[in-house]
Amino acid sequence: MQRLDCLRAIYSELQRCAVVTIMGATAAELQSLGHRSNFFYLQHAMGLASSLGLGLALCRPEVKVIVLDGDGSLLMNLGTLSTLARYRPANLLHIVFDNEALLSSGGDRTATAVGADLEGVARACGIPGTATLRTVAAFRAAVTDALRAGVLTTLVAKVERSGPAQYVTGLGLLENRFEFARWLQSVRPPQANPGFQPTSP
Amino acid sequence: MSGQDTANPSRLYRNKRECLLTMPASATNAQRIHRALRACSVRLVATLPETWLVEVVRLCEQDPAMLLVCVAKEEEAVGIAAGAHLAGERAALLMQNHGLLQSVNGIVSLAQLYRIPLVMLVSYRGSFGERDPWHAAGGRATEPVLRALSIPYELVEGPEEIEPRIAATFALAESSQAPVALLLTRGLMWED
Repeated sequence: MQRLDCLRAIYSELQRCAVVTIMGATAAELQSLGHRSNFFYLQHAMGLASSLGLGLALCRPEVKVIVLDGDGSLLMNLGTLSTLARYRPANLLHIVFDNEALLSSGGDRTATAVGADLEGVARACGIPGTATLRTVAAFRAAVTDALRAGVLTTLVAKVERSGPAQYVTGLGLLENRFEFARWLQSVRPPQANPGFQPTSP
Repeated sequence: MSGQDTANPSRLYRNKRECLLTMPASATNAQRIHRALRACSVRLVATLPETWLVEVVRLCEQDPAMLLVCVAKEEEAVGIAAGAHLAGERAALLMQNHGLLQSVNGIVSLAQLYRIPLVMLVSYRGSFGERDPWHAAGGRATEPVLRALSIPYELVEGPEEIEPRIAATFALAESSQAPVALLLTRGLMWED
């Protein structure tokens, strides 16, 4: 299963969600399908995409948040699974593309290549919805179900060790960041938090 | 109350007594810090609780206007606060200086790279008056690391400084779109 085919299969589902990706192949492949203002590519800070998604999901319960994580990134911040499970935001879908390697930095194998089971860790931490997917059809169905179910879910998609020819795209990091914050502002319902002044993006 | 608390496993303390058992932390200054965060409309507080901060964390947790998120390791809190900011809400980090040292890549590669106003309230262990030998090395490293990262910081030593410094920290973090730190000193946080 190719990550790009998985992304293509769920691309239309992403249009109404706040999407946060990790760096490298995942960010470049999603952009190759067409950048949208609701996509944020965290081009460094490995491990923190799921934490950023948690902050978004808790502050904006009316927005569905999708985090596109990877095995290398998640292994750098495994504690995040326990934090996600503890606060359990129903509007957060955490997808882990597991290619069993640190592809973007040379392709060395990660611990999932020799048996570490990220779905098992997520389940043991208490994440209520978990699954491991090995076909594009099953992946698409699991994503659709998770978005409808409205329960915190971690999906592990086992994908090939392959990616795009290059990772740098034409989109500036800050341009992406401010555009994403403005999109979140534009979909904010009026009076959602009347006690608070929203901060500028 | 206790039945409700048991039903919510994310709560940090089952009751006030359980929290008080661990602390000679200054209760009045903790209240001042919480009040100052409230006055700044802080919506989300991300923390890894530690002895000096126990009472502040408890007050934030009990405040219905605040979302308290306890992390497993402090760098997560940088990501969570960045998410809150992008979502349009004010956030603050509450952590020990060793947590600041632990979070350096998140501070650099998320908050600084992406121009996130990150307000960090940091208990300054291993500084003057410290009696626990295990805090000594972290105490020595704290200010040099903040300077190396070009993070503006101030020490908070007196109760009357709490409210204006916290307000000033939010103002600078938001106008500069960058991390700013307050170091909470032993004299402020501890009563012995």
